[in-house]
Amino acid sequence: MELVLSLGIGLLTASGIYLILRERTFAVVLGITLLSYATNLLIFVSGRLMVGAPPLILSGQAQHTDPIPQALVLTAIVISFGMTAYIVALALRAKGESGTDHVDTEERPR
Amino acid sequence: MSHALLLPIVLPLIAAIGCMAGYKRGLAFQRQVSLGATLILPIVAAILIASAARDEISVYAIGAWPAPFGIVLVLDRLSAAMVMLTAALALPVLLYALAGTDAKGRHFHPLFQFQLAGLNGAFLTGDIFNLFVFFEVLLAASYGLLAHGGGLLRARASLAYVVLNVVGSTLFLVGLALVYGTLGTLNFADLALVVPHVPPSDQALVRAAFALLVIVFALKAALLPLSFWLPLAYGAATAPVAALFAILTKVGIYVLLRIFGIVFASAAFTADLLQPWLVPVAIMTIALGMIGLLSAPRLSVGVAYLVVLSTGTLLSVLSVPGIGSVSAVIYYLLHSTLVTGGFFLLADAIANQRGVHADKLERGPHVRDLKLLSAGYLVLAVAVSGLPPLSGFFGKFMLMQSVQATGWVTAIWPALLISSLVTALALARQGSVLFWEPVPDEPRPEYPPPSRLHVAAVVVLVAASPVLTLTTGSVSAYAHAAAEQLLARQDYIDAVVGASPEIVRVRRPR
Repeated sequence: MELVLSLGIGLLTASGIYLILRERTFAVVLGITLLSYATNLLIFVSGRLMVGAPPLILSGQAQHTDPIPQALVLTAIVISFGMTAYIVALALRAKGESGTDHVDTEERPR
Repeated sequence: MSHALLLPIVLPLIAAIGCMAGYKRGLAFQRQVSLGATLILPIVAAILIASAARDEISVYAIGAWPAPFGIVLVLDRLSAAMVMLTAALALPVLLYALAGTDAKGRHFHPLFQFQLAGLNGAFLTGDIFNLFVFFEVLLAASYGLLAHGGGLLRARASLAYVVLNVVGSTLFLVGLALVYGTLGTLNFADLALVVPHVPPSDQALVRAAFALLVIVFALKAALLPLSFWLPLAYGAATAPVAALFAILTKVGIYVLLRIFGIVFASAAFTADLLQPWLVPVAIMTIALGMIGLLSAPRLSVGVAYLVVLSTGTLLSVLSVPGIGSVSAVIYYLLHSTLVTGGFFLLADAIANQRGVHADKLERGPHVRDLKLLSAGYLVLAVAVSGLPPLSGFFGKFMLMQSVQATGWVTAIWPALLISSLVTALALARQGSVLFWEPVPDEPRPEYPPPSRLHVAAVVVLVAASPVLTLTTGSVSAYAHAAAEQLLARQDYIDAVVGASPEIVRVRRPR
């Protein structure tokens, strides 16, 4: 389980960084989305992996999971979702102003 | 502590929501709400300063949950000074915007107030996750403000700025996750208690987590090599927005001061996290600021490079141990924020009178209010380049004095002195082009007379440096006391977590 999660986080991060460095705004938006998925998973596992344990200390319950990362990740998800929506709106506006979806708002001669 | 500690955050939030709720009632309503809140803010800040100056650290536990389990706001001398600085900069900036900038697009006032709420929150928060949240509040508002006014140039600058900062926020979260995963807490004071007891096997990971956070704050402060976004963004923003942004880079510097003073200094393996590399990198940032200033095509881009220069100046001294360096950094931070903010407004006031030439550094028509504008330019140029008799000179003098006894003196002194010389030369040259070398037969462009609000805003910020100069004694005494308080870490820790019962730490599975 640890191996699968770490590989998944690593793969998402690598793909996210690759896409952010592309020259079209759509690819950059996707890259930011993937990168925020990777981060959210990382925050989630910072409370350790635990299966079937409640986030409460109950009598007679041997194991419990840490509720803090779950609260943190919820905040992080909401914020990254809002920011991504804003970037999409901004990219559309930049395309409307310049007529191109290049991140520098002008085409480079090839 | 009374609920006054909550006011610097809640007041702008209420004003922002009021502005949005009253959107249909028109711009005049929004202006009244926004101006009202911004007028009250300095009063609130003065109350907080008075409370902090009694040499006690006030803690406000939200929902009465004690730290480190609940969310706390912490007020000490440093954070009170930063709240005051925000209020002092916001008022003239808003006055300038009221003269018409705010009508160039929708929702200027709510965004402005959200920005203030985020700034004040970042200065008052006592834990690192809420620092992230308030960073996002102020960044989200700054995204909207930067795009305010429209146009291709701003769309391009916004896109780069937003993408870079969103990636920066992602790095912030990665750092946070590693801090929580290894240390199990996010409260500054509690971190300082936990860090000394990290087992050697985890120390590398903790260092990596803190290093990631330092990178994020260096990005916000525009430290080389993460400073190339700043001239693009600040040069494209409308003048009041750029002037307000003068304080955004200082948030990064404030957080570095705080986290370095409280957390990093608490254990040997994190205490040297900044020291070996920060001085050389900061000096290279100073060099970048000088080169950019000399080659700036427009006055506002030149001022943006002055912001980069002030970041380099502040960070070159920040990591030098001792009370003297921290108090000098606090004094110079107050000075450089107000002066660069005023310079952005003045650059716009000059541009308004030069028609198509705007603030491009090329020969153009005579400006009409030559005496007023050139006098303001002279005061700001003297202040920002650190020449006597204004506050920049005292600030630089204190910075240099604080490193006198350390090994860095041979690197920092030449950097600060050469940067003063180059700034003075560059600004003299640019002022000469703007004011003294008009094209003789060029017809004067048509423009309305400057609004009283513009004049008032520029005069207030131009007067900031002379006022700081006259009050140097009391301001530097306050800065010294703030530095003492920051470096006496145990007082901060006792105030925040000392009151709560012994913290039970469960050893978590690895």
